[in-house]
Amino acid sequence: MTKNIMIVGVGGQGTLLASRILGAAVTAAGYDVKVSEVHGMSQRGGSVVTYVKYGDRVYSPLIGKGEADLILAFEQLEAYRALPYLKTDGKLIVNTQKINPMPVITGAAVYPEGIVEEMQAAVDTTAIDALALAEQAGNTKAVNVVLIGVMAKNTAITYDAWIAALRATVPEKFLEVNLCAFDLGYNC
Amino acid sequence: MKKLLIGNAAVAEGAYEAGVNFVSSYPGTPSTEITECMATYPKEEVFVEWAPNEKVAAEAAIGAAIAGGRAMSCCKHVGLNVMADPIFTDSYIGVNGGAVFCVADDPGMHSSQNEQDSRHYAKAAKVPMLEPSDSAECKEFTKLAFDLSEKYDTPVFIRLSTRVAHSQSLVEIEPRADVPLKPYEKNVAKNVMMPAMAIGRHVFVEERTRALTEYAEFSDINTVEDNGSDIGVITAGISYAYAKEALGTAVNFLKLGMVYPLPEKLICDFAKKCKTVYVVEELDPFIEEGCKNLGVAVHGKDVFTLLGEYTPAMIASVILGKAAPTGIKPQKDIPARPPVLCPGCPHRGTFYVLKKLGLVVSGDIGCYTLGAAAPLSSVDTTICMGASISAAHGMAEVRGSEFNKKLVSVIGDSTFMHSGITALSDIVYNKGANTVIILDNSITGMTGHQDNPTTGKTIRGEATRQVDLIKLCEGLGVEHITVADPFDVKGFEAVVREEIARDDVSVIIAQRPCALLKSVKYSGHCEISDACKKCKACMKLGCPAISVSAKGSVRIDRTQCNGCGLCVGVCPFGAIEKKN
Repeated sequence: MTKNIMIVGVGGQGTLLASRILGAAVTAAGYDVKVSEVHGMSQRGGSVVTYVKYGDRVYSPLIGKGEADLILAFEQLEAYRALPYLKTDGKLIVNTQKINPMPVITGAAVYPEGIVEEMQAAVDTTAIDALALAEQAGNTKAVNVVLIGVMAKNTAITYDAWIAALRATVPEKFLEVNLCAFDLGYNC
Repeated sequence: MKKLLIGNAAVAEGAYEAGVNFVSSYPGTPSTEITECMATYPKEEVFVEWAPNEKVAAEAAIGAAIAGGRAMSCCKHVGLNVMADPIFTDSYIGVNGGAVFCVADDPGMHSSQNEQDSRHYAKAAKVPMLEPSDSAECKEFTKLAFDLSEKYDTPVFIRLSTRVAHSQSLVEIEPRADVPLKPYEKNVAKNVMMPAMAIGRHVFVEERTRALTEYAEFSDINTVEDNGSDIGVITAGISYAYAKEALGTAVNFLKLGMVYPLPEKLICDFAKKCKTVYVVEELDPFIEEGCKNLGVAVHGKDVFTLLGEYTPAMIASVILGKAAPTGIKPQKDIPARPPVLCPGCPHRGTFYVLKKLGLVVSGDIGCYTLGAAAPLSSVDTTICMGASISAAHGMAEVRGSEFNKKLVSVIGDSTFMHSGITALSDIVYNKGANTVIILDNSITGMTGHQDNPTTGKTIRGEATRQVDLIKLCEGLGVEHITVADPFDVKGFEAVVREEIARDDVSVIIAQRPCALLKSVKYSGHCEISDACKKCKACMKLGCPAISVSAKGSVRIDRTQCNGCGLCVGVCPFGAIEKKN
């Protein structure tokens, strides 16, 4: 049985690193894995979507509408945009941080209100202020690892395997902050 | 040992294991990481470089192969257009050491200006093309490509698509083969392509294609999966991965690992055993037309789109009539989130000024293409690498001097080196009077920070000689060259005003490094003070950190702001302060 995880956010938030840590963790656990990444222009502050799929045998790297077991969203509007991809009994983890997209900044569109509440009413949702936890860990850039910590609890992979994946993926000088960020997410 | 690698890294690993000696490329999404990964292998074993453009890269690789080494060059689909000239003739020359050209298409245009299908080049240049469907195949097919190249005396294409190039899957890591250089011998009949020799080599090329067609019939690179169904699916590359996931064992598969030349008998035999045959391929009906030319009736673009990427759900819907799940529908409108120039981007200052002056901007390929988006809305045209300068030349000559005084070209440092130099020489030589702005951000930005001849560093980070843009432009005959900082908005505006008014060619070098470079250390953040009159002048910058609340007050998001300070100079009331 294939497990489908989507990681969504805004270019620059560190979704790519998050998908790589997840990929490393499920590989170490012995699964067949496919991780799709996004590079190039779409990384520049745009909507960024990565897919991580693992199981006995995975063919397609893509996740379609209604197919995701779990969505890890780094920003609330991006969670809302990705909502159609979640299984009706899937799990949504959403960072409540708001980042205005350019059409909102220019006044051409409005940032919708009350979307976290709408998502909470529709599906199993964990909403957390990962930015505050990252600040607590000592670096606002550690938002991605806080969120991985939250997600980690919702997978069958052990705590120790996650820490090993983190050590294998994160550069040495950021490791301490990131281990702290992971724990804050894991224990929240 | 198995490793989780993106397809691009797996191509690099395959080339390394095949004993590749020489790799030269120009960066282009989604192909860039192949060459970046190549540079992680020991330099004693493989020479790796960024060339100034794809044509130079391919020619260097061809030379390396003629000299007896195994050589590779990698590019994105539009890079293959630049590379095409040498490839078409290298098809005639063939190889000594193996030559592999890896091209990455971008269905869905994640990071490209068009959606062209590179498979047409294989047919047009009569060069065999392999197409892997995951990272493991990326490695295996690359190794095979070098063997085929030498066995059949031909360059070989490997075609990737974005989802293969940028998806990670498991790859078995093996040792590098010990492949000695082939001896170099002068061979005019083979390596000097003037008419008398080329006529002879064309005969060889046609024979070679026949031999490769025969190889394709029996090679295990093309595989049949007979599931006892009366539906057959012929597919290749990422489309196979989608189709296999969507259809499982409900259909029979003919998976083509080699998309040119096609295995004619294999296709006919496969089709005979099925009542209905579908060809599943993104973009153009390349395999479909091949089947139809053989008289095999297939469904292809009559039921599948020519546009964008496919999905498993789409394939299941067409072939099995299975309704795709729709998921949970959000109740409110969702604003789009297009890519934008980063906070601290040096191009923001440039486009702010160009917009303010109401100029026509002939644009080019790079991060700065985003200068077309609101609110900067500066760029008028974007065609291909280098066209900002040459297209502006055409514009100016057709519309005349007054129009030209409202016209500038913008081109990045790397793009200028790629194909702007020849365009600038065209303007100088033909008595044009254009103003060209070289956006010198000290790096190739869009593709993720690759060095180029202007940065003073090689792909391995070693110090090297650096092209001097000022001397280069002087050498081309430009007499008015100004270096200006686009973050000094007033100073930069004055320079642009002066240069566009001139009845002569001028070059402005807008110099400020990319904000994402490690060497760039902006600090602190900017804040709006009580002196703010809500005039929203700062909003014209299109900085993702600055926004207006529902009540009309302007705020700067500290998590987005990197303290570049551009907005400080733009505020007419001095209401923005830099805090540390």
